[in-house]
Amino acid sequence: MRVGTGDVIPPLEIEITRTLVVAGAIASRDYQDVHHDPELARRRGSPDVFMNILTTNGLVGRYVTDHFGPDAVLRKVAIRLGAPNYPGDTMVLTGTVEATDGASVTVKVVGDNGVGRHVTGTVTLTLGEAG
Amino acid sequence: MVEDLSVRLKAYEGRPAVLGGRGKDPVNSPMIRHWCEAMGDTNPAYTGPDAVAPPAMLQVWTMGGLSGHETRSPAYDELLALLDGAGCTSVVATDCEQEYLRALRPGDEITFDSVIESVSERKTTRLGTGYFVTTRMDVRVGEELVGTHRFRILKYAPAHAPRTPSSGTPLSGTPSHRTPSSTASPPRERPRRPRPVVNRDNAGFWEGISQHRLLIQRCADCATLRLPWLPGCNACGTAAWDTVEASGEGVVYSYVVMHHPPFPAFDPPYAVGLVELAEGVRMVSNVIGVPCDKVRIGLPVRLEFVRCDEELELPVFRAAEEGVVSA
Repeated sequence: MRVGTGDVIPPLEIEITRTLVVAGAIASRDYQDVHHDPELARRRGSPDVFMNILTTNGLVGRYVTDHFGPDAVLRKVAIRLGAPNYPGDTMVLTGTVEATDGASVTVKVVGDNGVGRHVTGTVTLTLGEAG
Repeated sequence: MVEDLSVRLKAYEGRPAVLGGRGKDPVNSPMIRHWCEAMGDTNPAYTGPDAVAPPAMLQVWTMGGLSGHETRSPAYDELLALLDGAGCTSVVATDCEQEYLRALRPGDEITFDSVIESVSERKTTRLGTGYFVTTRMDVRVGEELVGTHRFRILKYAPAHAPRTPSSGTPLSGTPSHRTPSSTASPPRERPRRPRPVVNRDNAGFWEGISQHRLLIQRCADCATLRLPWLPGCNACGTAAWDTVEASGEGVVYSYVVMHHPPFPAFDPPYAVGLVELAEGVRMVSNVIGVPCDKVRIGLPVRLEFVRCDEELELPVFRAAEEGVVSA
């Protein structure tokens, strides 16, 4: 795979369903009630349950490795959260190659939803021998 | 006061947040599969005989899950309690930075230590005013460092309640929730609810509350009931009285939902009801057990006693469940 600075990764649309929010929370062993119990989430001032940070982290990682293939290895994932991911929304992940250094590639990822910018991230990976 | 708190918070930098943490399970295929299914991640590197765990699962292996962890340090509990006490009772995760030094494979046994890396100055954000707390965790397998995980949370006092997402406008607030510590152990210096004024005229009422009895005064002459307690009867002026105990049944006669201003010991939004007791007198207290936008005039409620702290117990009204078959 030929990779150069400025390369754009095709966007990935992720439908934020209740199932995704809850499945992500439980698969990441995060039992904070705001991630699975709408009534308690409302009592705490949130209109609904919302995605936990570990799920966002996993989706960002998946987005990048889906593009670069199974030989790519994640080295660093750094994300910052903004607008929450609520059920019924759609998050669109987009990525741009920011730098390359030998087999190492740094990708800037953003994920926007109907509320605003959910996530801003920087992912560093090394490409496998095939790269 | 703010300056003083900042100094006290800074003192926690460099102190441990978790000591001697141990993953509840070794890295294993079922948890990897559940994660990949949830994420929709079909990367073949995570399946088959040579499977590795998705690197982004690093934190997962350190999570306490439903039963929690007991390795959080006293220093970290103290720090969170200080922030709770300053009114910063909401928490939201804001940043996660992970570095993966080597792939984790099924069978790897995880240990971890975490340090309080920094506590920010007091910051005013869109969500509210509070402090960013950054912890850094070293994840090991045996002696080998396999990854690092830096996690930043904002502990804050919410600025205002969120609007609904369906409005299509940017949120002015955001979901927030308390840290487990704020419910698991009573934090020191958390602002306490205002104390009731107890005097000779109403001491009997509070005496009743301490025995979980809601006592209504009754005029000894004309039998008119009165609540709150007063020295004499409003109907006939007689000073003599006795009491009757409220059955505890009532309905919401009127109510307000408090959103603002946020008083330190309260957690808005919450509903304050004027409840008409079955006996006919009315009383002001919180309506609980139902989202505050579901409180309605005529809503059946039932008396309950809530302990606020070691010395204060209050009568409140819980929305009676509907649809329950009555005896």
